[in-house]
Amino acid sequence: MTLRATTSQTVGPFFSIGLERLNRAGLAGPGIAGERVTIEGRVLDADGVGVPDAIIELWQANSYGKYAHPEDPQDKPMEAAFQGYGRIPTDEDGKFRFATVKPGAVPGPDGKLQAPHIAVSVFMRGLLRRLVTRIYFPDEPGNAGDFALSLVAPERRQTLIARKTPGTDELLKWDVIMQGPGETVFFDC
Amino acid sequence: MSNLPGYRRALTGTQPEYLHPAYVSSRKRAPAQPLVYLPHTLSEITGPVFAPETVNVKACDLTRQHSGEPLGERIIVSGRVLDEDGKPVRKTLVEVWQANAAGRYRHKVDQHQAPLDANFSGHGYALTDSEGRYRFITVRPGAYPWGNHHNAWRPAHVHFSVFGPAFATRLVTQMYFPGDPLLPFDPIYNCTADESARQQLISAFDWESTIPGHALGYKFDIILNGREATPMEK
Ligand SMILES: [Fe+3]
Repeated sequence: MTLRATTSQTVGPFFSIGLERLNRAGLAGPGIAGERVTIEGRVLDADGVGVPDAIIELWQANSYGKYAHPEDPQDKPMEAAFQGYGRIPTDEDGKFRFATVKPGAVPGPDGKLQAPHIAVSVFMRGLLRRLVTRIYFPDEPGNAGDFALSLVAPERRQTLIARKTPGTDELLKWDVIMQGPGETVFFDC
Repeated sequence: MSNLPGYRRALTGTQPEYLHPAYVSSRKRAPAQPLVYLPHTLSEITGPVFAPETVNVKACDLTRQHSGEPLGERIIVSGRVLDEDGKPVRKTLVEVWQANAAGRYRHKVDQHQAPLDANFSGHGYALTDSEGRYRFITVRPGAYPWGNHHNAWRPAHVHFSVFGPAFATRLVTQMYFPGDPLLPFDPIYNCTADESARQQLISAFDWESTIPGHALGYKFDIILNGREATPMEK
């Protein structure tokens, strides 16, 4: 190692100027295979107040469990029109909402499949460095033995699992709680 | 699958803590619980790939996005995106945003009593080339006041966003200018404990990229996490 990674700085309050060109709240266009899901929630600060100037980025596999990236070695179907990338700013109440397909399972380092999940980066004014978390799906048998969930204290695991909405299978709820009761699990990544 | 190498982690002190009380906004937005260490999986060693779209020249030249020329001192900001082993990070997306020469952002939340510039939007993007190089033509941003504490001013800076090869390498940072007298007083610049890590955020004046009669050059290299050694084949 000859160099050292550049240190992180906050996105500040004005990130939309530079970042909104690549905002994307619809990850899967028509023709992309898989179960459609919409995930909505809020980013909340230590007082439970919505954070109006946060931005979340998403990274996920397609419904077959294949990443659109050259280092994914799996022999699974690629979909040229599915990039797996999303970027969504929160609104004035801290709300965000995005639509995608449920990702397929991808392998974990223990040789087992990981439960379906979306990798999430969180940025906002006041955050000096991005936070990393994951969204898992309710009623997934694989959640019980999942590699990353098993690293988390059992009583905090539910912060990573989206909640079902009564009366629909398509709409899930998932919040990002920065601090305090129900604080979201963030990963050192 | 288990033998895909992950990315290296930051050395202690070279990245900011989440809670930095001098930066008031961090107090209610920093997590209180410790982070959970996540060994890298396929999900972290892959990441968004942005097709080598035809980056039009106006995306890299912030002085040519409007019919007229923006006010202020024109500068060239260029450098390379490298990993910790010095290897170029090729074809990666670099996004920038900044205040105009008067220290005002084109953003509804910015209430600073400094003029907007009809000829300056303050954003651009580039893909690095095969040597990891990027280059922007812009104006030197002004310092601006903010509400963090009495008489708080941000030093002049350009915001940078870089993806790199993997989810694990995602970086958002800010570039500063050499000799800025505001740097010692800025809680954001000073949020990183390690002094040499902070100084890495300060660009260097550069004759080589300076265009005679037109614009001063500043060099800013961005270093992304290096790769773990490839595991041995079993
Ligand atoms: Fe700024």
